[in-house]
Amino acid sequence: MNESTLILTLFAAIGLGTPLVFGTVGEIITERAGNLNLGVQGMMLVGAVAGFWATFNTENLLLGVIVAMLAGAALSVVHAFASVTLRVSQIVSGLALTIFGTGLSSFLGETGSEPLVGEPSKATFEPILEGGLADIPILGPLVFGHDIMVYVSWITVAAASFYVFRTRMGLSLRAVGEDPASAESAGVNVARVRYIHIMIGGAFAGLGGAYYSLALVPTWQNEPIGQAGWICIALVILASWRPSRALFAAYLFGAAERIQFTLQTLGEPWSNVPSNLLAMLPFILAIVAMLALTSGKRARFLGAPAALGLPYFREQR
Amino acid sequence: MADSTLAVEFRNIDKAFYGVKANDNVNFQLRKGEVHALLGENGAGKSTLCSILAGLYRPDAGEFLFEGTPTVFKTPKDALAAGVGMVYQHFRLVSNLTVAENLALGHPKLGMSISQAELEDDARQLGEEYGLPVDPAARIWQLSVGEQQRVEILKLLYRQAKILILDEPTAVLTPQEAQQLFKTMRQLASEGRSVIFVSHKLHEVKQVSDRVTVLRDGTTVGGADTADAEPRDLARMMVGRDLELPTRDAQHDVGDAMLIVDDVRVAGDRGLEAVRGISFEVRGGEVLGISGVSGNGQRELAYGIVGLRTPTSGTVTVDGEDVTSLSVADKIDRGVAYVPQSRLGMGLAPGLTTEDNLGLKAYRKPPYSKGLMLAASVFKERGQKWIEKYDIRGVRPGLPIRLLSGGNLQKALLAREVELNPKVLIARSPTRGLDVGATEAVRNLVLAERAKGTAVLLISEDLDELLALSDRVLVLYEGQVAGRMPAEEATPERLGLLMAGHKEEAAT
Repeated sequence: MNESTLILTLFAAIGLGTPLVFGTVGEIITERAGNLNLGVQGMMLVGAVAGFWATFNTENLLLGVIVAMLAGAALSVVHAFASVTLRVSQIVSGLALTIFGTGLSSFLGETGSEPLVGEPSKATFEPILEGGLADIPILGPLVFGHDIMVYVSWITVAAASFYVFRTRMGLSLRAVGEDPASAESAGVNVARVRYIHIMIGGAFAGLGGAYYSLALVPTWQNEPIGQAGWICIALVILASWRPSRALFAAYLFGAAERIQFTLQTLGEPWSNVPSNLLAMLPFILAIVAMLALTSGKRARFLGAPAALGLPYFREQR
Repeated sequence: MADSTLAVEFRNIDKAFYGVKANDNVNFQLRKGEVHALLGENGAGKSTLCSILAGLYRPDAGEFLFEGTPTVFKTPKDALAAGVGMVYQHFRLVSNLTVAENLALGHPKLGMSISQAELEDDARQLGEEYGLPVDPAARIWQLSVGEQQRVEILKLLYRQAKILILDEPTAVLTPQEAQQLFKTMRQLASEGRSVIFVSHKLHEVKQVSDRVTVLRDGTTVGGADTADAEPRDLARMMVGRDLELPTRDAQHDVGDAMLIVDDVRVAGDRGLEAVRGISFEVRGGEVLGISGVSGNGQRELAYGIVGLRTPTSGTVTVDGEDVTSLSVADKIDRGVAYVPQSRLGMGLAPGLTTEDNLGLKAYRKPPYSKGLMLAASVFKERGQKWIEKYDIRGVRPGLPIRLLSGGNLQKALLAREVELNPKVLIARSPTRGLDVGATEAVRNLVLAERAKGTAVLLISEDLDELLALSDRVLVLYEGQVAGRMPAEEATPERLGLLMAGHKEEAAT
């Protein structure tokens, strides 16, 4: 593998990792509030179809992104209502959301007088910031020449980090995820904090989904995101609930996805590795990473919010 | 009409929960700049009264005047905004956040972006001003219970609370820490703030408060200036009758060493060693009291002996047999009985009936079971016999045990353990949170075991109880034995110094 192949692989890994960055940062914010939303896959799919539909009808990418985020957030309200207000098991509610979202996404893609299936997107994200500083060795070609959403994802990560650790709302968020009863007695509205952050998680999941349908595979097909939603949930653990680490965790998985194409270009004997085996790589990586991180004593230092997965009942007599 | 020296006034307050009156015609006046003690047994209505003031509950009837104006606090947030804050018995601190972050949490006057360094400076200054030193950058779980309590008080001061309610604050402190707290309380009062001190310990009430109000059965039964009040009279008002809690008799025969713990080490929850080489023996018919501030290895020591956590080294011997690495079930068979600190959950199965709970440790053997089948009639018959024998009240057929009061739960738990005819009884804080009547019953059960020749290990943070029941006392500090002495030589002061880790000072 020569230098340019490596850079090409890493460059592609950043692109493939970008929707995972959005989905993972969103889920980190949701889980920081003590709520586990397993509906990421469903919210991403609905975001993917909603974003594609909006851009298809308006040829406007920004509108597509906004509609995708709104769709993801709207779907997440279902989970918030069930798990926060009605105190249904978060696992059950999240799984239901994924099943529902998957079906809804396929349905919306096939329905109507002009079904979306098979249609190419009327606009896609194009590379920006090409040339100029891109001549810096190694770093230049990696950092420049992505589409705008890659840069948005970097800003998102920095903003999320600042928000969680350096703002008043972020402090309330962490407190609610650790110990809702104490947070409430300090004057924090637990239900409101959970609703807001479940919706933020939903919006970013929707955005991640739209990145598939508007950038990575800009022709509508059923379930264009593969199993990205589930990967995001694993990445939250790999990132140990820190937005900054989500970036690198997502790119690691982007690289695992990309490696099969890279091996094809390298010729014999690399191209002989069965592609099915390579397609499994991200998932094997997910399992290994989770086992390595969550087994034994290490799990305690991971930093999972202490109240994650627990419904909150206000103290009653 | 409005008396400007009054901070708060309750007039004929009623509050009921599901038809049970918790407060019934309560009258209470809190002046500005005083420490006011609320004295009463558990269930006397102290907590309900405080909770109304702190905005947790709303009164059903009666008038609540805040600085002369009729007021209703709808939520704790309202009360805090008006300057009323409460330090609960179970602290409301987020254990993974730092001290400074806990002070800032939910604070209405902070900006969007917060500076860790500024917060820490504020916290440090406030702590120094009020004699409540605590490291503002430390995370709550790294602090001792006493330090956590200081954080709770700082939290209220940080929000400029004018009225501070302290719910049984001394229960978790060493005597010396309690003295420091009293100083802080006096300082707060001298600044014109009001402090409500909830307690059932007469000597503390006598020492720190200006005035005292006594509650019994939900009603105010009396009030006085503390200086004029006789402890004996206050006690009678509180309990409604003259009462002497049982204590051990000094003359007593002891048998052979029944429980020997030799250089035992047990791991703690976070992987660090919590019990670091402890040795002692308890003879049959002897009560060994283990004191110490909570979190100094008491829990892990008990786990190590009963088998819930296998010691990493050292031996535990029961009646001459090495049982160190036996399972819990095998230890029960060899006569180890255990009364854990949490009655519901670890001690009893909350959702099962009282009769089933009473058979929970013996059900593997006849007559409770034959082969794979349980004998329901035996559960019922023995259960009913013991319910009567141990005076367990409130039992209704078919209903889960969790509906019983704390005292009756504890009687049921002790009945089950005692009926196993144990050789060794390990009891952790058996009277914690019980009223005087139930405390009396539980103490009598423990003393009856001692008289029967059982080796009793009493692990408790309540020094009065330890001194009343134990033949010898051993003090734990950071997982090691800080000192041991016969009960006759133990005083609260001496034990307190050892509990705080001052080995040398205690020796002189």
